[in-house]
Amino acid sequence: MALLAVDNLSVKFTRRGKPDFQAVDGVSFAVSEGEVVGLVGESGCGKSVTSLALMGLLGDHGVSVGGNATFDGIELLKLRKDAMRDLRGRDMAMIFQDPLSSLNPVVPIGIQVTEILTRHRGMRGEAARKEAADLLDRVGIPDPTRRLREYPHQMSGGMRQRALIAMAVACAPRLLIADEPTTALDVTIQAQILELLKELVDSEGTALLMITHDLGVVAGLCDQINVLYAGKVVENAARRNLFAAPTHPYSVGLLGSIPRLDAPRGEPLTPVRGSVNDNIDWADGCAFAPRCDHYTIECLQGPPALTETYTGHGYRCVNPVIDHTAPAVSDTEANS
Amino acid sequence: MSLLQIEDLRVHFPIRQGIVFERTVGHVYAVDGVSLSIEKGQTYGLVGESGCGKTTLGRAVLRLNDITEGSVFYQDTDLSALSDEEMRKRRSKLQMVFQDPLGSLNPRQNIESILVEGMEAHRIGANRTERRERAVETLKAVGLPATALSRYPHEFSGGQRQRIGIARALVLEPDLIICDEPVSALDVSIQAQVLNLLEKLQKDLELTYLVIAHDLAVVRHISDVIGVMYLGSIVEEAPSDALYETPRHPYTKALMSAVPVPDPDVEDNRERILLTGDLPSPANPPAGCRFHTRCPWRQETLCDTERPVLTELADGHRVACHYAADIEAGRIHPTRQLASAILPGAEVQTEVPDDAGHV
Repeated sequence: MALLAVDNLSVKFTRRGKPDFQAVDGVSFAVSEGEVVGLVGESGCGKSVTSLALMGLLGDHGVSVGGNATFDGIELLKLRKDAMRDLRGRDMAMIFQDPLSSLNPVVPIGIQVTEILTRHRGMRGEAARKEAADLLDRVGIPDPTRRLREYPHQMSGGMRQRALIAMAVACAPRLLIADEPTTALDVTIQAQILELLKELVDSEGTALLMITHDLGVVAGLCDQINVLYAGKVVENAARRNLFAAPTHPYSVGLLGSIPRLDAPRGEPLTPVRGSVNDNIDWADGCAFAPRCDHYTIECLQGPPALTETYTGHGYRCVNPVIDHTAPAVSDTEANS
Repeated sequence: MSLLQIEDLRVHFPIRQGIVFERTVGHVYAVDGVSLSIEKGQTYGLVGESGCGKTTLGRAVLRLNDITEGSVFYQDTDLSALSDEEMRKRRSKLQMVFQDPLGSLNPRQNIESILVEGMEAHRIGANRTERRERAVETLKAVGLPATALSRYPHEFSGGQRQRIGIARALVLEPDLIICDEPVSALDVSIQAQVLNLLEKLQKDLELTYLVIAHDLAVVRHISDVIGVMYLGSIVEEAPSDALYETPRHPYTKALMSAVPVPDPDVEDNRERILLTGDLPSPANPPAGCRFHTRCPWRQETLCDTERPVLTELADGHRVACHYAADIEAGRIHPTRQLASAILPGAEVQTEVPDDAGHV
């Protein structure tokens, strides 16, 4: 039984004077303890909205959330607000992309860290301060007692992200959701942070849901990868399977778009043409069809179903790049 | 003669304090002694982390920042000695593409007005019709339809806006385009489109590029020669392939090993050189080699006291490190001072040689 099981999650934003916007459209995946699952996609694909919906951070107005999400048997989407507040920060925690705007600029780091300890672990005064210093030390912040008195602006980007991670792991959560945790950072700092996350997963058995646009980060960190496009998972596979046999044209396009450090100079990139503005509605067919090189008329006959191979490699495409000739089961629910 | 030659360029920003009597209390040494030359038709990639001075260097070439010391030769003219008006006239030949495509386009100007403004200022095209034609041609070259002329920046997507930024530079028929993080604000699939466009334009129009970026993979993809910057100076310069195959400066090695590659086999098998700590402040750079505070190969002598100069170690491969040759020959080993930052509670070992032999 997976720790977090998301089944057919959908999020719709209603906008005044405009048609509704389906940000997440039937997303299913699962995260087990000690496992790293990646949600990969470009801006607007619904990856962040998915994480916010799971944490109950979407707000009440103009949003409708559907589907199921269970965390250790608890129905997350139907949870009362106060129960969610107890869970959030204690059993499931989140690391955000922009460490500066996620921290309160007028409150010292120390108070922001001890706040969580007080709320969830009932620690106060000296004990809380000592625990906070230990936490900062654990994530590799030198001279933690001095740092506790500092404000966010006095720290560098990498330090702030470490402080955020320290706050996220303060109550030893069982699930950690990291939303683009290294996007705002330089590569050498990114390497430090990724190493730290890996260490957490290995030593504590934390389940990690990694949300990123960077296929390189995913290649080194995730066990299972879900590629999102326009609110749907278009391909999901174990890490090695995805990179060895990318099957959905969008995944192939993404991989072809990335300049690789180890590719010889001058090797041409094969980008996906057009932009997300060219998408069509999933109801009319495959949203990716207008940008796809493998497009045929079959692509326009309703949303493509998820096909799953016997290796657990799923793809939502009627003209896949690779023909998985092995006996395949076609089943929209196969992913749950 | 190179198209562009930069000699010992320095850009220092004064730090001022005081309300009534402002006095200078120090300097930010953003660019501190950079020399490089770019041949015609070449792409020079300048790579480095935030705060290393790469953007300031690019802006200083166009005199968008004041140059404190040193000179910038474009063909035979020293740009740093020109008057503002003379410099302004030259800028049609030296153009810039900025990082933020939306922020660098005036939201109240339509695309025609954006493209024609530069042509008018530099007296390109005899009349309105001619300018308009040229604008349409340029739009076509960057892959946008002529109907874009009457539209406004907000009506375009990020990738299209960056194309408009490139078109704005191109209408003036420049020789050199300085691209400051041309793709970092774009999604991966759009990034590739813009990179391909830049390469195609270079081929068609014989352009010379100075590409400034933090993404080593992007720079490696597009550049003939790469310069790696750290705290205001170039620490290594080499042809693109040579730099990737044999990075010689410790910082370049660390930077290369930190770039994620979308390939699980590469990711699982590579040795990461993790740097400790952050970039020191450019207002108070460390003495000696600027990288010595974070360098895993730091030695007792020279590193803390003497600033290394760029020395040619192989054909076109210049390195600013006292011990680059020794590191390459395997006479010096990195110390494992990185342990403390990664593993909670691990002992800091600084003097243990690494027998496994880091890459």
